[in-house]
Amino acid sequence: MTQPAIQVKNLSKSYGLTLALRDVSFEVRRGEIVGFLGPNGAGKTTTMRILVGYLPPTSGTAIVDGYDVLKDSLEVRRRIGYLPENISLYNDMTVEAFLEFMATIRGVARKRVRERVRAVMAQTRLDHMARVLIGKLSRGYRQRVGLAQALVHDPPILILDEPTVGLDPRQIIETRQLIKSLAGDHTVILSSHILPEVSMTCQRVLVIHQGQIVAEDAPENLAARLRGSERIRVEVRGPADQVRRALEAIPGVLAVIPEARDGVASFAIDCAVGTDLREQVAEAVVRGGWGLRELRPVGMSLEEIFLKLTTEEPDGNTGNPGDNREGA
Amino acid sequence: MGIRAILAITAKELNSYFASFIAYAVVAGFLFVTGAFFSLSVLLSRQVNLRFTLTDVAIILLFVSPAITMRLLSEEQASGTLELLVTSPIREAEIVLGKFLAALVFLVIMLAATAYYPLLLISYSQPDPGPIAAAYLGLFLQGAAFISLGLFISALTRNQVVAYIFTFGLLLIIWLFEAISGIFGGQVGSILSSLAFYNHFVDFPKGVVDTKDVVFYISVVVFGLVLAERVLESRRWR
Ligand SMILES: Nc1ncnc2c1ncn2[C@@H]1O[C@H](COP(=O)(O)OP(=O)(O)O)[C@@H](O)[C@H]1O
Ligand SMILES: [Mg+2]
Repeated sequence: MTQPAIQVKNLSKSYGLTLALRDVSFEVRRGEIVGFLGPNGAGKTTTMRILVGYLPPTSGTAIVDGYDVLKDSLEVRRRIGYLPENISLYNDMTVEAFLEFMATIRGVARKRVRERVRAVMAQTRLDHMARVLIGKLSRGYRQRVGLAQALVHDPPILILDEPTVGLDPRQIIETRQLIKSLAGDHTVILSSHILPEVSMTCQRVLVIHQGQIVAEDAPENLAARLRGSERIRVEVRGPADQVRRALEAIPGVLAVIPEARDGVASFAIDCAVGTDLREQVAEAVVRGGWGLRELRPVGMSLEEIFLKLTTEEPDGNTGNPGDNREGA
Repeated sequence: MGIRAILAITAKELNSYFASFIAYAVVAGFLFVTGAFFSLSVLLSRQVNLRFTLTDVAIILLFVSPAITMRLLSEEQASGTLELLVTSPIREAEIVLGKFLAALVFLVIMLAATAYYPLLLISYSQPDPGPIAAAYLGLFLQGAAFISLGLFISALTRNQVVAYIFTFGLLLIIWLFEAISGIFGGQVGSILSSLAFYNHFVDFPKGVVDTKDVVFYISVVVFGLVLAERVLESRRWR
């Protein structure tokens, strides 16, 4: 059993003319907790819906536990517990009746239904709500019912779309602990637009933006990587090697990335965040006696994404103390 | 095919029928109107003959059965709960059958409630029970056909009102195929006439149970269920 729990290859999805996912590939190992991080509209829900067999991909493949989501949908669905984003529930059922229903259609053996329902109600702290109509529950409790139904058949793979949205701070902490406690026996993918959320819960984070995976890292490296640099584009008429050396020599430049162009040397320059090196770059080019054809700051994609992410906890505690850049 | 999953869905739907005000309103309205027809016909004709009254019940079903089926799949699409069903390891056919059975149980309960009138008559006089039993068989078969088509329409839209209107329209047109068939005449006319609900129903209240009619209704049921299943399934590859 060394094959990964989830293998996604060149997955694309379009809704009519909207291209929601472009050529996304990733793998998730067994027992891993992976986070999808991205601003609203990034394509997180679309990816998850393809994995659970709710939507077909436009192209590409997704393999869950060895089964293709299109060809062996039923086998895939047997192995997955899914918490949809803003889950809709049957408001006219009691919590217990609903969970028994879900357990039954998810294939829990008749004799084990009551036992499993009791277990997940304890796990999600719903015991005292067993006989309450779902329609009468608060947002937080509804979310717990959603989590309970995802767990009720004890699936090896869990797909949780924004699991902590709508919860109060104490519930958020409880839910994160619950998710972490699933690691090891369960493979978990969760999505979030909140940076500290994935940092705290996940072992690995995939950053999704405009339907593409733009970064992939351990959570401890991620914030630094997302915030780490700003980018300038420069086009110079001159010998590429010499120009590059001159640019690299400018203090504050982190990296100079050549971009192929005919006849001119074109580079992307990464520099420390908050610094503007355009004047220094211009000076260096002029000093070398080369022709400066273009010089402009490029909104670096990761930086942009970072600005769109929520970096604050819903209860107001900043995830990155002293560096709340939301709306900057 | 999982019987347990089908029955779980049936139980859920029945629970939801009886948890809703609309279901009680539909039953009450149905009983009121059928009751009025029964009493009027007995009072006016002074006859112990339910043939025409039971044909009227068939027409009343034309109005009532779209109300039974309109929410079955539309509501789950509108509220988003369908996502829970179709991401569970069950087949679309199981969802459709579970919902169909629930509506059928609801129909039987409604029809059983109207049996009060024939039973009352039987206790006062001796009407022939044969035609009455045959009429109820006809009502059941016709109701099942209506429900199956209503379920199919309900799979096509997330709007319950739209589902009601289109189902009612469809049933009415098929009911009236006989009348329309005259306009076309010839081949088309005879096909239309052979599909008319009315033509297949009329003999039941006379006490005549023709296999052709029974087969017709069962075919319509299967047709509607297969279409509903196809519509639900199409989302997996669309
Ligand atoms: N059913 C749909 N029809 C049309 N466009 C959609 C649909 N669902 C999502 N989209 C579009 O696809 C893109 C990705 O959306 P989504 O997967 O919901 O992102 P996220 O979950 O990351 O917020 C967005 O541009 C969104 O508007
Ligand atoms: Mg989403």
